[in-house]
Amino acid sequence: MALKGLDIFKLTPKTNCKECGNPTCMAFSMKVAQGAVGIEKCPYMSEEAKATLNEANAPAMKTLKFGAGETEKTLGGETVLFRHDKTFVSQSVFGVNVCAGCFDERIAEVEKVSYDRIGEHMYTEALNLKFSGDKAAYLELVKKAMGHGRALILECTCVETAAAALEICAAEKPILNGATPENYKEMTELAQKNGVLLGISAGDLDALYDTAAAVEALGYKDLVLDVTGATAKDTYANAIQVRRAALKDKDRTFGYPSIVNVAKVAAGDATMQTALASMFVLKYGSIILMDSMTYAQALPLFGLRQNIFTDPQKPMKVEPGIYALNGADENSPCVTTVDFALTYFIVSGELERSGVPCNLIISDAGGYSVLTAWAAGKFSAGTIAKSFKELDIEGKIKNRTLIIPGKAAVLKGELEEQLPGWTIVVAPNEATGLVKFMKDYK
Amino acid sequence: MAFKRVPQKFTATVNEVTIGTGDKAITLGGENVLPLYSFDAPITNKARVGVQITDAGYDKTVPALAAYYAGAETIADIAKKASEMPGADFVVLSLEGADPNGEDKSVEECVALAKEVAAAIDCPLAIQGSKNVEKDAVLFDKLAEALQGKNVLMVSCKTENYKTVSASAAIAYSQKISAESAVDINLAKQLNVLISQMGVKAESYVMNVGAAAAGYGFEYVASTLDRVRGAALTQDDAMLQMPIITPVCDEAWSVKESIVSEEDLPEWGARETRGVQMEVATAAACLAGGSNAVILRHPESVKTIAALIADLT
Repeated sequence: MALKGLDIFKLTPKTNCKECGNPTCMAFSMKVAQGAVGIEKCPYMSEEAKATLNEANAPAMKTLKFGAGETEKTLGGETVLFRHDKTFVSQSVFGVNVCAGCFDERIAEVEKVSYDRIGEHMYTEALNLKFSGDKAAYLELVKKAMGHGRALILECTCVETAAAALEICAAEKPILNGATPENYKEMTELAQKNGVLLGISAGDLDALYDTAAAVEALGYKDLVLDVTGATAKDTYANAIQVRRAALKDKDRTFGYPSIVNVAKVAAGDATMQTALASMFVLKYGSIILMDSMTYAQALPLFGLRQNIFTDPQKPMKVEPGIYALNGADENSPCVTTVDFALTYFIVSGELERSGVPCNLIISDAGGYSVLTAWAAGKFSAGTIAKSFKELDIEGKIKNRTLIIPGKAAVLKGELEEQLPGWTIVVAPNEATGLVKFMKDYK
Repeated sequence: MAFKRVPQKFTATVNEVTIGTGDKAITLGGENVLPLYSFDAPITNKARVGVQITDAGYDKTVPALAAYYAGAETIADIAKKASEMPGADFVVLSLEGADPNGEDKSVEECVALAKEVAAAIDCPLAIQGSKNVEKDAVLFDKLAEALQGKNVLMVSCKTENYKTVSASAAIAYSQKISAESAVDINLAKQLNVLISQMGVKAESYVMNVGAAAAGYGFEYVASTLDRVRGAALTQDDAMLQMPIITPVCDEAWSVKESIVSEEDLPEWGARETRGVQMEVATAAACLAGGSNAVILRHPESVKTIAALIADLT
């Protein structure tokens, strides 16, 4: 439990010496409690007091990284169980299971999926390398898996094989997902030596808890908890109980990121794996592993993840620009709306459904919806005319018809003044009316 | 030191609402734990899957739907097949063709269709309106009258027409109704209060707090569901304790990912597979948020989501 300002104040020398840059020890303590300054700013704090404070103010869930360079991913660091309470900070990482026998086939599928969506590059970020009992084959697999631009997870409970695998790929900072109640001592030593995250799995939550505590007692705290159980139900229960224990009940032993391998509880059923993966995006899967990630699976899952891990206080925005829909060219009419991602998706979706070629022009409206942006002066005749200049619409498009949102109908007159030569047409109030409107308009 | 479990079992519960009659009637809601948290306390009634058909039958551009309904000529045949789909708990007839801005099918025609459907199936029936508030007010009134005794769920009334729908469908004809609001906990609560003030009992209505396909602003849906369920259970807010029904398929099958043809975007693969994955991912996310019933179209989605619910309950 984090200490309050008053508790910290009791640990200070209470001399108001100002050497920390604050007028009083009390002021300093309040800032430390908020996390604004570090406790080490006070030169007179005893080592003992510092240790107490660091321990008490440590986050409920550790933030850890794996992968190196471009493949590096951040896990954990969550502070809330529900995103509306604050925000979720570390996106779930998606990975695909590969083995010695299936690597070539699966990596080919995985590499097909690569696209951009609202400013984010979408691809499968990790590969989970499964050990099947053959050391030589596993080391070959490790070598093959390197250099595909994806972070690696070594799912290997054999200490000897894991040691050899790490000799090959330790520099890539993989996760060594291999500690069990039986081998955790050797595995901890191995992870510590190579400076990689250690994944722990066990038969049930009690054994997982005891093993995590035992590894912590050995002095290693760069841990990931594999919460995959025997069934989907167990896995769901484990993922939630681990996260809840860490964040709500402040139990640090479970304050680590999780691994969920949905392929283990839905083997051979790609659609069920999609369903489970979707739930674990919402319910606390730090790393979600599947047997495949085709476009059909990636489109909803990556989209969902992008939604869930946005900051509730910051709207998602799309880039201003000309979006040609339904094969539009320079002679197709223009439609405009705001850059709020939700508005963009709804409007562009309906326009696409109409099948009528048109150029959707998005101007910078601060990421607000139409009415809000209009009220805030961020979606006015002036801003639209300005972005028409910036985007060089008149140079790029020959058509001179602009369709504006029904909710911004008041802009018609002013727009006609600011954009001479253009015919301004008012669309319906709601996007749902667009299909009929566009078809009739055509 | 073993792991100390701290279950979150609430004294408040989600209301129970029963639709249909006889052996196959289903009850939605009743749980006193967060969605699918069966490790905290047993879940009273499992979540349910509705299979949607429309006044025009089904979407013939989706091969598996065409194959599944092959040979079914009349709406009654189609409804019967829908009710027999593995995983189906109830049938949903969507009267989208009644929309005055679309085909504008007459109320009489819709009522006749609904009667045929109701007669053909032995499982519960839900009816989705035209989404035009004036038309739906008349439509639900006539449907409720024609289907008396069937305990049908009318999906959905909104702020604009809740008075008529409450007075007629829920009170005069003792059917069940659903209150639809647009992804906002305050709007949801307000409509529930208004409906309860009309004299509709808690066991007579459910709510549809809004939906979106995965990737299309689903964060609003997720947070609305979280907050609605949170208020119902942790704060014992009686005006947010209605079971939740989510028409997933209407959203999932109308986004780009489920519409664009394979010819236009070959790298995306078959359109049908994309639609199914979108429907399944969205439905699973809604269930994790607290939906007590989801409405789906595709046989594979229905099978998968029914199995998911069975696995997790």
